[in-house]
Amino acid sequence: MMGLFATAWLGRLTWDAFPHVLVTQAAAVGIVVGGLVVLALITYFGKWRWLWHEWLTTTNHKRIGVMYIIVAVLMLLRGGSDALMMRLQQATSVGAHAGPFSPDMFQQVFSAHGTIMIFFVAMGLMFGLINLVLPQQLGSRDVAFPFMNALSFWLFTAGMVLTNLSLVIGEFSAAGWLAYPPLSELKYSPGVGVDYWIWSLQIAGIGSLMSGINFMVTILKNRCKGMTLMKMPVFAWSVFSSMSLVAFAFPILTVALTLLYFDRAFGMHFFTAGAGGNAMMYVNLIWAWGHPEVYILVLPAFGIYSEIVATYSRKRLFGYTSMVWALWAIVFLSFTVWLHHFFTMGAGADVNAVFGIATMLIAIPTGVKIFNWLFTMYRGRIRFASPMVWFMGFVFLFISGGVTGVLMAVPPIDFQVHNSLFLVAHFHTMVVTGVVFGFMAGLTYWFPKIFGFRLHEGLGKIAAWCWIVGFVLAFFPLYILGLMGATRRLDHYSASLGWQPLFIVAGVGVLVIAAGVFFQLLQLAVSIWQRNERRDLTGDPWNGRTLEWATASPTQEYNFAVLPEVTTRDAFWEMKQTTGLPEAKAYHDIRVPKNSPHPIIIAGFAFLAGFGFIWHIWWLAAIALVGVLATIFTHTLSDDDGERVIPAAEVAATERAWHARRKAA
Amino acid sequence: MKKKYKIGLGVVLAVFLAVAGWYISRRSIPILQPAGTMGRKELHLIILACVLAAVVVLPTYAIAIMIAVKYREENHDKPGKRVKYNPDFDHSRLFESIWWGIPIVIIGFLSVVAWNSSHELDPYKALVSDKKPLTIQVVALDWKWLFIYPDQGVASVNLAEIPVGVPVDFHVTSDTIMNSFWVPALGGQIYAMPGMDTQLHEQADKAGSFMGSPANIAGSGFSRMDFTVRAAPQATFDAWVKQAQQAPRQLTAQTYRALAKPSDNVPVTYYAGASSSLYNDIVMKYMMPQPEAVK
Repeated sequence: MMGLFATAWLGRLTWDAFPHVLVTQAAAVGIVVGGLVVLALITYFGKWRWLWHEWLTTTNHKRIGVMYIIVAVLMLLRGGSDALMMRLQQATSVGAHAGPFSPDMFQQVFSAHGTIMIFFVAMGLMFGLINLVLPQQLGSRDVAFPFMNALSFWLFTAGMVLTNLSLVIGEFSAAGWLAYPPLSELKYSPGVGVDYWIWSLQIAGIGSLMSGINFMVTILKNRCKGMTLMKMPVFAWSVFSSMSLVAFAFPILTVALTLLYFDRAFGMHFFTAGAGGNAMMYVNLIWAWGHPEVYILVLPAFGIYSEIVATYSRKRLFGYTSMVWALWAIVFLSFTVWLHHFFTMGAGADVNAVFGIATMLIAIPTGVKIFNWLFTMYRGRIRFASPMVWFMGFVFLFISGGVTGVLMAVPPIDFQVHNSLFLVAHFHTMVVTGVVFGFMAGLTYWFPKIFGFRLHEGLGKIAAWCWIVGFVLAFFPLYILGLMGATRRLDHYSASLGWQPLFIVAGVGVLVIAAGVFFQLLQLAVSIWQRNERRDLTGDPWNGRTLEWATASPTQEYNFAVLPEVTTRDAFWEMKQTTGLPEAKAYHDIRVPKNSPHPIIIAGFAFLAGFGFIWHIWWLAAIALVGVLATIFTHTLSDDDGERVIPAAEVAATERAWHARRKAA
Repeated sequence: MKKKYKIGLGVVLAVFLAVAGWYISRRSIPILQPAGTMGRKELHLIILACVLAAVVVLPTYAIAIMIAVKYREENHDKPGKRVKYNPDFDHSRLFESIWWGIPIVIIGFLSVVAWNSSHELDPYKALVSDKKPLTIQVVALDWKWLFIYPDQGVASVNLAEIPVGVPVDFHVTSDTIMNSFWVPALGGQIYAMPGMDTQLHEQADKAGSFMGSPANIAGSGFSRMDFTVRAAPQATFDAWVKQAQQAPRQLTAQTYRALAKPSDNVPVTYYAGASSSLYNDIVMKYMMPQPEAVK
């Protein structure tokens, strides 16, 4: 009877779906208990109403940005735990000793690590930071489509929840972060793991695609008067270039995931071994998305470095025009190199050489950017505040990663180090020092703009140094291991190879990075504790150059009471040199986007649909899809224009209070 | 930082690097100590690319350190130091031409190297030699490697015996999940894919036992399917073939099917009577209609 019930109504979902292994049981209990404690605390303090009205239904870009950052930081802890588990396994699973995790478990851990770090940490921090400051930089009151912005965030969160739900119900993919077939096909991965992976990314990916469109339109349509494209802050340019990559690359991911799911669920043969399927087609598609994805992440980080270096050197950014052209050169080239991820497929010398050369070409615009940053510092007055520590760490490590990148772009060299730990060390150098360091620097830099107080400098510097030193210890040994012939993703190796000491050093390195994360959390706690002494009353704590610093800290809900007009780059810096920050004589009513419950409801239905697809609970998937459509129609067809008015008097009171604070400080 | 801390840090770093260097120098690093023709040429390329990169990178590091030290805010206020501050110095055609130009020249040169070496070291290209090449057909299985010697009529699991100084033509496929056939000491790797026949041409210059690696994740036994390539003089190789030809096991369609069943940590096993059509049947298995022998 139970069996009939299960097969008829719950698809593949049975009691077996709940974890049997101690580690996953502990994680599952941790998630469930942790979640219950949070819910209980919210109830105890009576915060449900506040949470719903101020956060969960908000369409304000700054609130959405904060929520992205919160999710990303939580996921950094999850993905970091995965990294620690991997290092533990590879440091101990040698010769006669088995490591703590079974091969299947270990493979789930590294698949989750890659997926979470890219999709939910790096993407989350990126969209978070863009949301937090892009509209202010453009002198705008909000993004182009505030409702869609909230929807993007909630779809991203739905994908994140699905990924983590796999710890409690079922399992995660054990096929690597890109799930190459035939391994990811039903024949070799019969469980629900790959389906969790597909639907987490599918739902989050649709959110990312909408964000990409939203920010592009924002940049094209919402700039303030006088801000021509070539007067935009470089961060805005970097977002523009990155988001145009999103708009072109993410549809490829959507298609690849859909076809893979069709193979798995409906017995089709797009990528299967045999029956006319072609696994290498999937590999091409996934990298046609996957390579641009790396640039999607790193370009905004480049933008952040550009802002930080100019501000902390108190100098204009060197070579603005070069910087913009370099960004677009990278955008163009990033779509022409995907095959370098599989030279070893055997496509032939001509094809490999063309893609290898295209790959090397990327080193040119990237190198130009580094020189322009260095010459922004030249003849400047450099303050080595903690964002600059991240930046210097980035410069030194990223260049080394660039060298190994150029090495691997030479196809015969790639034949030797492909899929080895040499490769793993290379791409972690690019993504950790390029992307993560940049976002950490950006978070420190813009923190007062969002929360109204500065972070503790000393702890921030200690954290940055821990990351830098930990990074070197964690990843330089992997280069050597790669040259020793260690391939990636091994859950066990022979003792006679002599690899173990290097793996232990790498493990120590990850512990040092973990100490860095600890210091960052401590920095946050200490800064909140001392927030009253750390208040930024001026709105411009670092002597900034761009328009976000012309707002209060934290930025007013409407960003600008009177939309600014600019005539030059570094508009706020120029204002400070000439007229000072203008104060309006009269204020008007301001229309701002109203809260809406629809984004979180749509994402909730999308989550249920994903769950139904994963477990083959078709009725649930069908009802949930109807729910998605019904909510969209309800929202679209309602007479409400989705805006509310902040009366002129309220604006005037807020502005006068701020200008008074500013002048007193 | 106080001076004594700086010295202390320097000592710790120096000791660490010395110990690390000593340790690494005593290890086998097959990519840097190649035993094969391809591996040797690939190492030359690695060295060339590193030297070219160093031409750009070392000056960049030097410039970065100099600028970062000289233009610190503190230095501007120190009496006696004359450090310039030009807040509006934001472009220079000369400077920017230099750092667009030099990388273009270097990458241009490296592109020529990449084009030529891709063709010269194409794994599909037969090696030039006056000796007749040895053909070995490689099949990735769950979770072991089968090496078929069609001309000698023998096969072996997880060990490939090759003669020194003779070109070896590896034909590579998979009868399961995709994998990658990699012997770092010989140089290079190629994907093993079901229904596909890829090629890798290698030649051992020195005798020795070389680690072979399954270089693409292939399910739960993936870490327990490493293999060995053993290079020995021609006479030893011939003796090995004779020994394998005496092996009690015959590689037939039936024994192949038994072998293909999932298992890991499989000890080296020899088979006699390997049929020369088996490999083709394994590749064609993924086409329609399937050959009878390996269905």
